[in-house]
Amino acid sequence: MSVVPISYYLVLSGVLFGLGVIAFVYKRNIITIFMSIELMLNAVNLAFVTFARAHDQLDGLVFVFFVIVVAAAEAAVGLAIVIMLSQNRQSLSIERINHLKL
Amino acid sequence: MPILHHLWIILALPLAGSAVNGLLGKRWSQPAVNSVAVGSVTLALLSVFELVREFSQLSPDQLPFVGNYFTWMVAGPFRVDFALQVDQLTVVMLLVVSFVGWLIHIYSTGYMAHEGGYYRFFSYLNLFMFFMLTLVMAANLIVMFVGWEGVGLCSYLLIGFWFLKKSAADAGKKAFITTRIGDYGFTVGVLLTFATFGSIDFGTIFKSVASNPISETTLTAISILLFTGAVGKSAQLPLYVWLPDAMEGPTPVSALIHAATMVTAGVYMVARMNPLFSRAPMAMLVVAIVGAITAFYSATIGLLQTDIKRVLAYSTVSQLGYMFLACGVGSYSAGIFHLMTHAFFKALLFLAAGSVIHAVGGEQDMMKMGGLRQKIPITYWTMLIATLAIAGIPGFAGFFSKDEILEAAGAGPRANFLLWLLGIVGAGLTSFYMFRLIFLTFFGTPRYDQQRVHVHESPRNMTIPLTILAFCSIFGGWFAAPHLVGGTDYFQRFLAPVFSMYAPQPITPQAASLAGNPESGMAHNPALELAHAILSWPVGVAIAGFLLAWWMYIRNPDAPKRLATRVSGLYSLVFHKYYVDEIYSALIVRPLLWISTNVFWHAIDEGLIDGVVNGSARAARAAGGRARELQSGNTRSYASWVLVGVLGFTVLLLALYLRGAQ
Repeated sequence: MSVVPISYYLVLSGVLFGLGVIAFVYKRNIITIFMSIELMLNAVNLAFVTFARAHDQLDGLVFVFFVIVVAAAEAAVGLAIVIMLSQNRQSLSIERINHLKL
Repeated sequence: MPILHHLWIILALPLAGSAVNGLLGKRWSQPAVNSVAVGSVTLALLSVFELVREFSQLSPDQLPFVGNYFTWMVAGPFRVDFALQVDQLTVVMLLVVSFVGWLIHIYSTGYMAHEGGYYRFFSYLNLFMFFMLTLVMAANLIVMFVGWEGVGLCSYLLIGFWFLKKSAADAGKKAFITTRIGDYGFTVGVLLTFATFGSIDFGTIFKSVASNPISETTLTAISILLFTGAVGKSAQLPLYVWLPDAMEGPTPVSALIHAATMVTAGVYMVARMNPLFSRAPMAMLVVAIVGAITAFYSATIGLLQTDIKRVLAYSTVSQLGYMFLACGVGSYSAGIFHLMTHAFFKALLFLAAGSVIHAVGGEQDMMKMGGLRQKIPITYWTMLIATLAIAGIPGFAGFFSKDEILEAAGAGPRANFLLWLLGIVGAGLTSFYMFRLIFLTFFGTPRYDQQRVHVHESPRNMTIPLTILAFCSIFGGWFAAPHLVGGTDYFQRFLAPVFSMYAPQPITPQAASLAGNPESGMAHNPALELAHAILSWPVGVAIAGFLLAWWMYIRNPDAPKRLATRVSGLYSLVFHKYYVDEIYSALIVRPLLWISTNVFWHAIDEGLIDGVVNGSARAARAAGGRARELQSGNTRSYASWVLVGVLGFTVLLLALYLRGAQ
């Protein structure tokens, strides 16, 4: 059985993470941004799984479960916020959402 | 002996009066303020009387009696005790200061009755008494300096008493700043004294100078530096300019501070430091020359002044010049004697002038007075007595003291013909301007608005001090009278120990009393000496001055105008006080103001200091402005910055990792 080298997984994880970052910065639609966050989280999950497998330890897998749980919670809260925003602003563009400015 | 061992009581009384009035007096009625102010000075005066009684029982070897109360400061070898001392000179000064001060406090209760800030006035006046008594009782130079600066402070406060009036506030500043120039010299003198003798204690200094050979140059330097302080404080050339302006203050202040006591502090200080001065002939000559020139010079200015108080101010400067002349020719006791008689008759002149001003409703210009003789008789008679005294008419106080000074200048051990001549001419001028003042004020036709001004004699609390001072102006000189009519010379004998104890050559009281009058040692013929005294020059010029004034202001009232037009150049030169104020303004005040404005204010303060402070503020603000743009509220820009941060950290970690790997 040919073993796929660990670096392949890590490179794939890095590429996915990078795509997520780029999408986060460049996309305007808040739903897309939300998706890019999920992409970054899962890129990290892939790295965790890879290392767990490489070192034969469970720690990484446990972390992955945590991340999935947090991601699910975040998606639930985040989407609720998105719905409220879209109802208040009639828009999903990130440009219109600058409430964080004091 | 209670008081002698508690000398501080004499100081504490007026200080307490000042504190009580200053802190609480604002809400009190005038009688309450009066009783605190006059009461504290009365108690101080009684304490001084008791002190004199106890002092007279001391044996000569107990003098000077020093009371050391606490150590004020110690810094290495420099040690200052709060110490007071009593000797004959202190006793004379204490009596003069507390007695004249007491009378002027009483007079002020009448003169200031209609003024605002009544409690403030008396608080300052009591504070002045405290500092003046500190000055004369001090047993070392530093405590003396405390009194010296303290009276300057009170002088400033009281000249500017009507501080809403710009001229009064300016005059206060001028007095303070001008005397500060002299005090600078005084301070350096004190430091040099410490450097030379290792002590600032009078007793230690005098013992040291009498037993150790100290270079004459050093002594001359110390003496001249200390004398600089006296020049400022006692308004001598070239620092006299503040005293005439000080007349902006209330008249009792002019009488107490700017005639009788504070301005004589310089004379007292020179007399106190006599062991140093006597060993520095150059310094003595400087003192005598400054004194004689001032005596003559300011008398000439007094000739043409029309403000009644300014005539008296220039007269004070002139008389102080005589005191310094006396000290400069080595006759300290004559200087102190003139200080005493001058305190009486000049305080009287000022108080009487105050009474005149009070009577004519605040007018000070003599050209708007005249004919007041019958309307205010008590003022007239007392002022006439003081005028006779200052002019040196035989029998009155000023005659004895001035005659003694002029004899010392003309025939004493350090006699000098030119100084004597200046003194004699000055005495003639004194007589002239004083009788001019009397004639313009009390004689002739009234020149004030008779419909508007209701002339009235002053209340009793003003006339009684006048009467008492008039009494002193007549009899105050008789302490020394026997010297001139062939008897014992009480005043000089009394002071002789102070001036002979550490003198370069020991002077017996006998020799001291004869020093001023060599003839009296040869022929003890009272009648001849009396004739000698009466026919002497000072009396001659005094009478000449009187006759000239009478001729010009009573006999031919238009003579002054004709004379003024005939020598108009000289007239306007003297009338404008030799333009000294203008010259000082052009040479010193305006250049200083220019430098302060343009260099220190605009360039250094505004440019440099404000520039640094404002510049750093502006830089912080600009940096903040830039940083502010980061927080745009734009989520994507936040995300970009997070990314930049993550990348930065990654690079850093990589770099550290690679370095660790090497």
